[in-house]
This record gives sequence, structure tokens and C-alpha cells, in this order.
Amino acid sequence: MSLDYKVPEFIIERDRDKCIDCQVCERQCANQVHIYDQDLEKMVAQDIDCVNCQRCVKLCPTNALTIRENPSEYKKNKNWTGNMIENIQKQAASGGILLTGMGNPTAKKIYWDHILLNASQVTNPSIDPLREPMELKTFLGRKPDQIEFDESGELKDLPPQLELDIPIMFGAMSFGSISINACKSLAQAASDLGLMYNTGEGGFHEDLYQHGERTIVQVASGRFGVHNEYLNAGAAVEIKVGQGAKPGIGGHLPGEKVGAEVSKTRMIPKGSDALSPAPHHDIYSIEDLRQLIYALKEATDYKKPVSVKIAAVHNVAAIATGIASAGADIIAIDGYRGGTGAAPTMIRDNVGIPVELALAAVDDRLRQEELRKNVSLVVSGSIRNSADIVKAIALGADAVYVASAALISLGCHMCQKCYTGKCNWGIATQRPELVKRLNPEVGAQRVKNLITGWSHEIKEILGGMGINALESLRGNRLMLRGIDLTDKELEILGIKHAGK
Amino acid sequence: MAVIDAQGVYYRELNQRIKELLARGEREITLNNINGQRYIGDGLTEQAKLIINGTPGNDLAAFGNGAELVINGNGQDGIANTMNGGQIIIHGSVGDTLGYSMRGGEVYVKGDVGYRVGIHMKGYQDKQPLIIIGGTAGDFFGEYMAGGRMILLGLDRAEAQDIVGNYVGAGMHGGVIYIRGQVEDYQVGQEVKISGLDEDDRKELKGYLSGYCQEFDYDLEEVLNAEFCKLAPCSARPYGNLYAY
Ligand code: SF4
Ligand code: SF4
Repeated sequence: MSLDYKVPEFIIERDRDKCIDCQVCERQCANQVHIYDQDLEKMVAQDIDCVNCQRCVKLCPTNALTIRENPSEYKKNKNWTGNMIENIQKQAASGGILLTGMGNPTAKKIYWDHILLNASQVTNPSIDPLREPMELKTFLGRKPDQIEFDESGELKDLPPQLELDIPIMFGAMSFGSISINACKSLAQAASDLGLMYNTGEGGFHEDLYQHGERTIVQVASGRFGVHNEYLNAGAAVEIKVGQGAKPGIGGHLPGEKVGAEVSKTRMIPKGSDALSPAPHHDIYSIEDLRQLIYALKEATDYKKPVSVKIAAVHNVAAIATGIASAGADIIAIDGYRGGTGAAPTMIRDNVGIPVELALAAVDDRLRQEELRKNVSLVVSGSIRNSADIVKAIALGADAVYVASAALISLGCHMCQKCYTGKCNWGIATQRPELVKRLNPEVGAQRVKNLITGWSHEIKEILGGMGINALESLRGNRLMLRGIDLTDKELEILGIKHAGK
Repeated sequence: MAVIDAQGVYYRELNQRIKELLARGEREITLNNINGQRYIGDGLTEQAKLIINGTPGNDLAAFGNGAELVINGNGQDGIANTMNGGQIIIHGSVGDTLGYSMRGGEVYVKGDVGYRVGIHMKGYQDKQPLIIIGGTAGDFFGEYMAGGRMILLGLDRAEAQDIVGNYVGAGMHGGVIYIRGQVEDYQVGQEVKISGLDEDDRKELKGYLSGYCQEFDYDLEEVLNAEFCKLAPCSARPYGNLYAY
């Protein structure tokens, strides 16, 4: 019916003078946008199927392609935007839930961009990290009430810790939501750099077991691939309660993506839907959470820190206090800009709160309750660069999870169509012909380059503040100032306005 | 065979002692005077037997993978949580969330079970978890069930007592539930179809029940000689058409 007639979101422009009809674009596009027309003897494109992943643009040997937003516009209306209208059209045609991928793209305030960092001038001289030692090492886990040493000078009764050379970890992305080559790239980079990688809830692929010491294994409501060996194969266990992109709802990996390997790793039959219930049905209270934390500690002989990951939501400070009292060693807080392989659009764009505010509130509350040393705080939900990390640490985080940025370093171009399983960059897909586009060795190197660059930048920023160990910045909000923020926002963030 | 007197022993110490004995090669341990200690048998992979006299606490045999546990008493909540293998035999009744996300092994309960039993049970290759319950079950029995078998017998129950609560098999997308007796449509989730048993089902059921009846001294023929119904998912993809692309 004509009411269902769609207009292309993107327009493909092909420079006929440059195009040599080599058909690279045709081979590269899993959405089958480019076709060589035998009758016309030239390349043509079906713009309607283009998702603007930039694959063809980047691989065209003569740079003949440009992708643009469709300039055709609805009548200007700040309320009924083209996007709103098109969403309604889609739902009127299908009766379905709007689905999307990656993080919240809406124009809401990004607090990182309203926070500025300090630097030393005249007094307290700055330090040049190229010539002087600079310490970024971070330990995650419960810190002891008091420190005692045994005869050999080792710390006595130290609860299990995760040792990070740089306070960065790769956030949970399951094998299933991303390809094995993407997993391998991240795991290898984590091993080489002394960081951590997180399996997500999709089980632990056997090719990744070699990176066990650098792996956090996740336990989510579907318990996919979770068994004793899995729990003991990693360096820490994370209970996933929530995810910033979709707080309060479960996951749903469609059967088409459950091929032989995913089936083996998740330990579910091939082709069956992998449904993660919204809650863990063994956790209906803080007491129940404590029970699962200790069941996991028992099953791993108290050798691994247990992390609890939640989405940043309204009462996050009170929730985090509960989690700390329940015996978690690490609390991971995922803000409302966090990425996802698939989430209902309305939830991704409207549920949850910014991680910056959540972090400040949680750190404050844990200090008030004298629980802060019992847990480490990890934040995530769109950490985009090294400055975001430094700001997070100064607000009170011990480390950050980085996921979307790591995928961008692997080739992701943020088309937000991860849920279709047709990622042309070999990341959010299980199709062998697409997966092999991402070489895990090249991928690992690119992730390593990114993190190495960031760690240099973090050291530069620290040096500029006259600080030579990240530990001295942790929770040091005097190093932060706000701009364009209300008094209430400054109060929650616990920082002064610039100029003060 | 080793014996531990658990009177007044804190769970952490108790479980450590069990693990130490197993590490030394002990294959059968009797635990006397168990009174609410949690996490007994969690994460055990050994082919060993624990005989538990008393009432063990929550999360018994969570993440278990091979051990055999015999409980001479009642159990509490969260038994066989995410269990991958092994056998648990309970000579009494148990609480809520038995067999959550269980992937392998067997649980026999002589008496009743609470709410949310067998949620998200799943099967994989040769692993088909099995729960058999002699008595009755509460609401949300087999919610989200993705594989394996659950058998609910409702033996020796009071006339007026329902064999099972509501929302049976809500969100079910795999596995089979057999119930000795009738359930009404309103009691089961939308994703479930109720049917009678065919020849193959009866054979399967007999196979599953013979071990159970032997264990608890029931007459197999007598148990089988009743009207059973079978609950199976209408679709392996209950939420396949939920999204607008
Ligand atoms: S979907 Fe990607 S590869 Fe296909 S035409 Fe669009 S930009 Fe090019
Ligand atoms: S991972 Fe792939 S599908 Fe997802 S946004 Fe990036 S390029 Fe697009």
C-alpha cells in the first residue's frame, strides 16, 4: 500500500567520471545496495537499503562514492520531526516494537563536555611524563580494613584484586552480539596491555580461554554458557543486573544468530532464540543478590572478585549502597548513553540517567556510608576519549569500561544497525563472509594503538596537573570545574563552577 | 567414608572442610546436624556423594557439575541453581526457585516445591536436565523454560489442593512438562499448549519415573496409572515477530 512507501534515509552519489565499474561496492555491501546492471552496463544503487555504514565509500578504489542524508525534508516542525513521523509509519505498518543498535544518539546534555580539567601554573609545577615516571596502575577489589604483612613482607589476607596497568577495561559484549574476530581482537589487546576484557553474557568461546587471566566472565539472567569451569576460567565474575542502553529489560538474541559456534558457547541448541529474562529470577532483593554473590564466591573459592553491573537509574546511590553491603567487590555503573547490539528505541532513548551524575552520587553516598573502600567503582556508558576517563576518575571512578570506542577502533562506523546482523565491518555479525573482514591481529593492534594513545594523553593531563600517580586524582573533584551548569547540577557533581 | 558434625559450624568453614576432604580423595561424606548452612556443594565437579542429614540452607549445589547429594530432610530456596550435572535427591519438600537455569543433571523431590521452579531450564546436546516432584508446585512453574523435562506428580495431596499454581510455562520456548492430572488453560502461559500423552510420551515418562519410584519406594505402575497431561511450547520462537525493522 502506498502508505507504506518508504523514502531512502540516505542518498548514494556516484561520481561517474571516477567510477570504473569494478564492482567492489557490490561485493562489500551486505545490504545489496550496489548492483551491476547488465543492460545498462554500469553500477546502480538502491538507496533505500543503505544504512550508511561507509564500507563502500572507504573501499572504493577511486573514491567515487559519497553517501548523504536524504535532503528531502518534511515540513519543519520541532515537535513532529521527520524521525518521529517515520517511526510511526514503521509501527503502523508492522505493529512491532521499534528496535535499534548502539548508544543513545539524542541531543541530551553530555556532562563530560561541561566539565573542565585543571592544570598547574607557577605553583606546584607540572610534570613531564616523557621524562618522569607516571603511575596509572589500578587495583580493583575490596580493600582490607587494615594492612598487615607476613614474614616475607607480603600483604596478609588481601581480598582478591584485579590488577590493571591502565584503568581501562573493555565492556561486556557477548560472542553472538559481536563476531568471534571482534572478541579475539579485544581479548588479545587486553592481554597485551594488561587490561581486562568482559565476555558479556554469551559464554566463553574456547579460543579465548588463553586470555582467561585477562577476562571477566559475566553471569546474566539467562545464564548462557555458565558452569563451574566458566566461572573459574576468568579473573573475575560479573553479575549483570542491568545495562545502560536498556535498563530493566532482558535480552533477545534471535535464533538466526545462534549458529554452530554461538550455540556451543552459549550451550543452547542451534537456531533457538536466546532469551534473557528481564530480572534474574533468583534475585528479587538485596538479600538475594548477596546470596548469588556468595554462591559465586563459594564456587570460585573466594579467589575472584565479584562485580555487579547495573544501569544508572534514579535511585542509583541507594542501589549501589545495597550492592556494596551485599558483598560485591566491584560495582559497574552503565550510563544511559551506553551501547547495545539491540534495544527497543524508546527504552534506549528515554530510560536511565547520565553516568556522570550517577557516578558523583554513588561515590558520595558510599563515602557517607563508609562503604567506599569495600568496593571499586567502574563506570561506562559512552566514554569517548581520554579526557572523559580523567574526568571520571576525578569524579570518583576507579576505572572505566570502554566498548563503543573500542569497536570504532575496529572499524565500526556507528550506523546503529547492529541488530540486523549484517555489519559490513565484520563486528556485529555472525556471517562468515563478513566476520572474516575483520582480521583479529590487525584488530588487536588497532585497539592497542587507541589505548596506548589514550594512556599517553592521560599521563600528559596528569602531568599538567602536577600529579604523578592516578591514585592522587581519584575522587579529587577540586581538579574539575563546570561550565554552563545549574547550581543543582554542580551540587550533584560536587564541583565548582569555572572561575571559582 | 567421612563424617562431619555440622552442629554450629559456619557455612564457609563447613564448605571448606567438604572441599578439603574431596581434594584428599574422599568420595562419600555424611554431614550430620545440618541446620540452614548455605551453599553446600556449590561448584562441585567431583563424582562424589554428600549425604546431608538435616535442613541445608539456600543455594544448595549451585553451579554443581557431577556430585550426588542426598538430603534426608527438607531443602530451602535456590537448590540446583545453574546446575550443569549431578543428582540431588530430597526426601522432603523444598522452597522457591529450584533448578533456576539448570542445564544438566537430575533433581528428585519427594514432597512439594515452592514458586518459580525450573525457570529457564535449558537443554543442550546430551544434557537434558530433569526435575521430578512428588507433590505440588506453586506459581510460575517452568517459566521461560527452554529445554529439559519437569514432571509433577501431585501424589498424596489433599483433595482441595491444586497440583500447580498459575502462570505455568509462561514464556516457555523449549522442553516438556508432564503433570499427573489436569491443568486448566487459565493456569498456563500463553506460549504453552496442553495435550494428552501419546505412546512415545508414555514410554519417555516411564523411563524417567522408574528411577524416581525406586528411590522413594513408589509403585511405578500405580504412579503411571493416571491421567497425565503434557505441556509443550507452541513455538520455539515466541517473540519472533515482536519488532519493527
Ligand atoms: S550499506 Fe554501507 S556498504 Fe552498503 S551502500 Fe550503504 S554505505 Fe555502502
Ligand atoms: S558494529 Fe557494525 S552494525 Fe553496529 S554500528 Fe558499528 S558498523 Fe554498524
